[in-house]
Amino acid sequence: MKKLLSIFAVVAFAFSAHAGTLDDVKNRGFLKCGVTTGLAGFAAPDDSGEWAGLDADMCRAVAVAVFGDRSKVEFITTTGKSRFPTLASGEVDMLARNTTWTISRDVNLGFEFVGVNFYDGQGFMVPSALGVSSATELDGATVCIQTGTTTELNLADFFRLNGISYEALPIETNDEGKENLFAGRCDVYTTDASGLSSTRAAASNPDKWVVLPEIISKEPLGPLVRHGDHQWGDVVRWSLNAMIIAEELGITSENVDAQTSSNVPEVLRLLGVEGNYGEMLELSNDWAYQIIKQIGNYSESYEANVGPDTPLEIARGLNALWTQGGILYAPPFR
Amino acid sequence: MNEMNEVRKPPVATTGIIGWLRINLFFNWTNSLITLFVIYCLYQFIPWILDWTIFSADFKYNYLGEQITNQEMCSRNLDPENGGACWAVIYVRFYQFIYGFYPKAEVWRVNVAYVMLALALLPLLYAKLPYRKYFLYFTYIFPVIAYFLLNGGLGFTEVSTNKWGGLLVTLVLGCTGIALAFPIGIMLALGRRSKLPVISMMCTLFIEFIRGVPLITLLFFGMVMLPLFLPEGIDMDGLIRVLVAVTLFQSAYMAEVIRGGLQAIPPGQYEAAKSLGMSYWRMNLLIILPQAIRISIPPIVNTSIGLFKDTTLVIIVGILDLLGIGRGTLADTNWLGLSYEIYFFVSLVFFIFTFGMSRYSLYLEKKLKTGINMGAD
Repeated sequence: MKKLLSIFAVVAFAFSAHAGTLDDVKNRGFLKCGVTTGLAGFAAPDDSGEWAGLDADMCRAVAVAVFGDRSKVEFITTTGKSRFPTLASGEVDMLARNTTWTISRDVNLGFEFVGVNFYDGQGFMVPSALGVSSATELDGATVCIQTGTTTELNLADFFRLNGISYEALPIETNDEGKENLFAGRCDVYTTDASGLSSTRAAASNPDKWVVLPEIISKEPLGPLVRHGDHQWGDVVRWSLNAMIIAEELGITSENVDAQTSSNVPEVLRLLGVEGNYGEMLELSNDWAYQIIKQIGNYSESYEANVGPDTPLEIARGLNALWTQGGILYAPPFR
Repeated sequence: MNEMNEVRKPPVATTGIIGWLRINLFFNWTNSLITLFVIYCLYQFIPWILDWTIFSADFKYNYLGEQITNQEMCSRNLDPENGGACWAVIYVRFYQFIYGFYPKAEVWRVNVAYVMLALALLPLLYAKLPYRKYFLYFTYIFPVIAYFLLNGGLGFTEVSTNKWGGLLVTLVLGCTGIALAFPIGIMLALGRRSKLPVISMMCTLFIEFIRGVPLITLLFFGMVMLPLFLPEGIDMDGLIRVLVAVTLFQSAYMAEVIRGGLQAIPPGQYEAAKSLGMSYWRMNLLIILPQAIRISIPPIVNTSIGLFKDTTLVIIVGILDLLGIGRGTLADTNWLGLSYEIYFFVSLVFFIFTFGMSRYSLYLEKKLKTGINMGAD
């Protein structure tokens, strides 16, 4: 199936000769952004039908960079299977769809990952009554595992490395895993840590479940665009970087106006007071100012959508700035 | 008058409620045991389900009297022992379930289309409707009106199909698929039985190919490959592409169902029609098809119900139908964990439509007397 999809993608790509996505977007008057059909904290419609979440904010940030208006974006829902053909055929300008950056997707499918907006990884969730504090103590446990995924392979590797055994209970969907775990048919549920957090938040009593500290795989999730259109790739890449740099410099949506009279040179460059970085990207010079003003910096978006104060309660962890123990790092703005 | 002629009542044990109970529920000891067991199960289950869905359920306010805006405020999450269903999620999201992301200012157009759909179905449901002929004319032009009403044009502002969702998408896909597949299916069925080898072969190929692949494959085909076959510059709408795939799929099945009906018509009917000097089309339209379709009603409704439910597969290509909106709601951090309520509601809506379809087919069968001895009366 994967092979078939990549053939589809390549064929579709060959037929869609898009010269400049940025110009297309500007002419069209709005951005077309591919998101999930619904993943808690990343992209889901809220009660009024507006898309909200970390990935939705990514889309809006790009729309703000291009148009200075957070509403100039049309969200196109894509599934795990349809996301790549949809991007390749030019039906969306970019994907912000919790997609793991891998070499084959970056190289073979003809896409360009422009950054990472969430560092995820496979984790384990157990009932707190089990009294386990580390995944290495899970010898002989029954594990709920989605079949045909990389998580299945990672799980086998992890248990073999640690010389312990497990019994797999194959499941198809996240919902099924949740129900099986809550009903006690398996002792452990394993999937991406962000998925575990939303599963835990959905429990009637979240305190009865713990997510174990071990993260056994790398799942860097980030926005991607079609390969070959570097100008457009730069716009998306620096929209993300601008949010990260803003956090680094302590600029928030609230203090951004005051910061325009700051005496820190990088702040002035970022906010378009000095230099002509907007022009280089073929955007207006206050593009980054608008992103911070209308969307906020990375931390604001994170805290509002997935952070410890939301039902998902995902700690910053790897997603903290490099200065604060995480690995979030954006190249300098100069 | 002779005493013997006095009318004697039948024994109590064979008539009335008691008689009915005895014959149907307590005929012998196994029957009685099964009856008692079923009654016991219902006794256990019905109060519980009624309590959960109605008596202990939250509709808009929780037991503290607060209006519910997220799952933490549901009675069943505040007090897990006593709370029932939390229907507030349906209440809050009702707009999305019915209209998707259709702009609020334009939503009257969808409402008008829903009412017109009911009006268009009316003459099909009641043969004795007064002025049925004029209603039927309306039914024929309804799809055109609905297209402009929902999509825009003719003075209406355009609403991108990307904004459609929920029940609207389910109904558009289901109704269009079923309505278009019927004539196409008839043509394919006639074509497959045609004596002209090219036509027969092409129809057979089409039917076998479409029937041989799953609907998901066809949806992908419509989504990804169809635009490649179109001339450059023509941008086909996503929903239309899916509609094409759904219609092709349904036509192939419909063709086989109708072919089954055609094969059940005795050769004498064909011969009689031909001996009257009827042309191929007159023979089929006036003699063969009315009989064939009549006996095919149950399987036609069967595949139609199947299609109506299969429309939920469009979530694979990223279109949010009723079920898709339900899943999207479940992914909102405000409403995590309310899967019972959402799936219950979605299945209830689907049940209402499919059950309606199946009752309609029963009514048609009764009206047209499609029993074995259909010629007898």
